[in-house]
Amino acid sequence: MGISIIINSFVQLQTNDLITVFMNWFFNFLTSSIGRKVIMSLTGIFLMLFLIVHLAGNLQLLIPDEGEKFNLYAKMMTTNPIIKVIAYGNYFFILLHAVQGILLWSKNRSARRTRYAVATGASSSFASRNMGWLGVVIFVFILVHMGQFWFKMKFGDLPSVNYGQYADGVKDLYTPVAYAFKQWYFVTFYVISMVVIAFHLNHGFQSAFQTLGLNHRKYTPTIKVVGSIYSILVPLGFAIIPIFFFFFR
Amino acid sequence: MKLTLKVWRQKNAQDKGHFDTFKVEAHEHMSFLEMMDVLNESLIAEGKEPVAFEHDCREGICGTCNMVINGRPHGPMQGTTTCQIHMRHYNDGDTIVIEPWRAKAFPVIKDLVVDRTAFDRIIQSGGYISINTGQAQDANAIPIEKDTAARAMDAAECIGCGACVAACPNASAMLFTSAKVSHLALMPQGRVEHSRRVQAMIKQMDEEGFGMCSNVGACEAECPKEISIDNIARMNRSYVASVLASEKAV
Ligand code: HEM
Ligand code: FES
Repeated sequence: MGISIIINSFVQLQTNDLITVFMNWFFNFLTSSIGRKVIMSLTGIFLMLFLIVHLAGNLQLLIPDEGEKFNLYAKMMTTNPIIKVIAYGNYFFILLHAVQGILLWSKNRSARRTRYAVATGASSSFASRNMGWLGVVIFVFILVHMGQFWFKMKFGDLPSVNYGQYADGVKDLYTPVAYAFKQWYFVTFYVISMVVIAFHLNHGFQSAFQTLGLNHRKYTPTIKVVGSIYSILVPLGFAIIPIFFFFFR
Repeated sequence: MKLTLKVWRQKNAQDKGHFDTFKVEAHEHMSFLEMMDVLNESLIAEGKEPVAFEHDCREGICGTCNMVINGRPHGPMQGTTTCQIHMRHYNDGDTIVIEPWRAKAFPVIKDLVVDRTAFDRIIQSGGYISINTGQAQDANAIPIEKDTAARAMDAAECIGCGACVAACPNASAMLFTSAKVSHLALMPQGRVEHSRRVQAMIKQMDEEGFGMCSNVGACEAECPKEISIDNIARMNRSYVASVLASEKAV
């Protein structure tokens, strides 16, 4: 009885402390208009870094070795503990970015409930005005994509191939990828999704820096150029893989 | 020149509102507001209700002559308020669609007049700056670099008209607030209370129901005073720094 009171009041104290710390300023910060955008920006930048690593891995599909390099890489990606931690961070950040993005988007739309009879849109880019729609398409793409390859790799029973490094071989992810990229509808879906990602990032890249306040006369022009190059090259790199498989494998 | 005007009419904030179509005979030397005056005089002569629109200085400094003209706040010209547009920029036979600012935080009072007191409350939340009273100080008592003074002046040009909110697809007030934060933050006199001020102003801005900034850039493109979104970046970084570093929550 006595002990449980002590424990209870201790727990009470701890939660109260936490609440004062978090509710008073940190929580307010994260839920302020700028705080929410900072979350979008930081998660967005993380996802953009992830895309580079992901692309570097996927380009191994183009090596003409019947998928050996790619399968060994996929094995490493699912077993290496450091990669695992980063991967869980990645899932979390995608969800955070998507949920936050949709909340933001709906709040922004409600701030302008009545639309203009004449809408020119002349003074802004298509992508900047449609980040929400572009994001939703990307989200659908990610779901399909993970169901198709990630789920198979993690939980499906793919046949094994043995290249000698592992006693019982590695899962052969290459074969289902190669098969999917022979279906015209998957190839089309992938390529369209990459165009959508390109638009999202074409605005998103430089926007992320502006959100963090990293705007500077010397550096911003460079950030914009790098952003344009990134937003074209990275999605193009991803899109080349299904196109290549469809026509040349 | 003969013009067709489609003007938004709305009795009050509750009314749904609709467009009325009018024919106006204007002269190319008239300003846009004089053209509106001609319309209203003819409406009054016919015993009809004139179109309510705000105006005061008619020289581009008070920020009240707010209308969205053919989809663009303050009309088609770069860096120009409605009162500074002249009818020579239009052609005989043109149709001009005129709407009020549209934003949840700017409810329509009547026709083209909206309630912009949300901006006043944002400014009030910024509070004061500390300066010595008594004898007017020597203007150069505190040395300020020319470039810095110029940037502060650029931000201070904001006339608080709300075209940024009207142009933004999210009806965000970030350009306005950042201009007000920046013109003080850039000067030594304003820097004293800067940390508290930027937090308080953003808190008030959020409470007024404006949207968030998606870095679309329509605000700076439509701003009659060409305030740059560099100010938004400045406000964002100083807000984050102030929140993280200040010892007292605002
Ligand atoms: C490959 C995945 C993705 C990457 C790399 C990415 C990247 C970015 C970046 C860098 C930004 C700019 C952040 C800023 O303005 O500060 C952004 C904004 C945004 N993202 Fe994503 N994103 C991805 C997926 C998604 C998904 C799945 C959604 C929603 C379902 C989404 C919704 C949004 C929205 C709504 C914005 C605009 C926020 C605003 O400024 O109003 N994104 N994204
Ligand atoms: S009437 Fe004052 S700015 Fe146009």
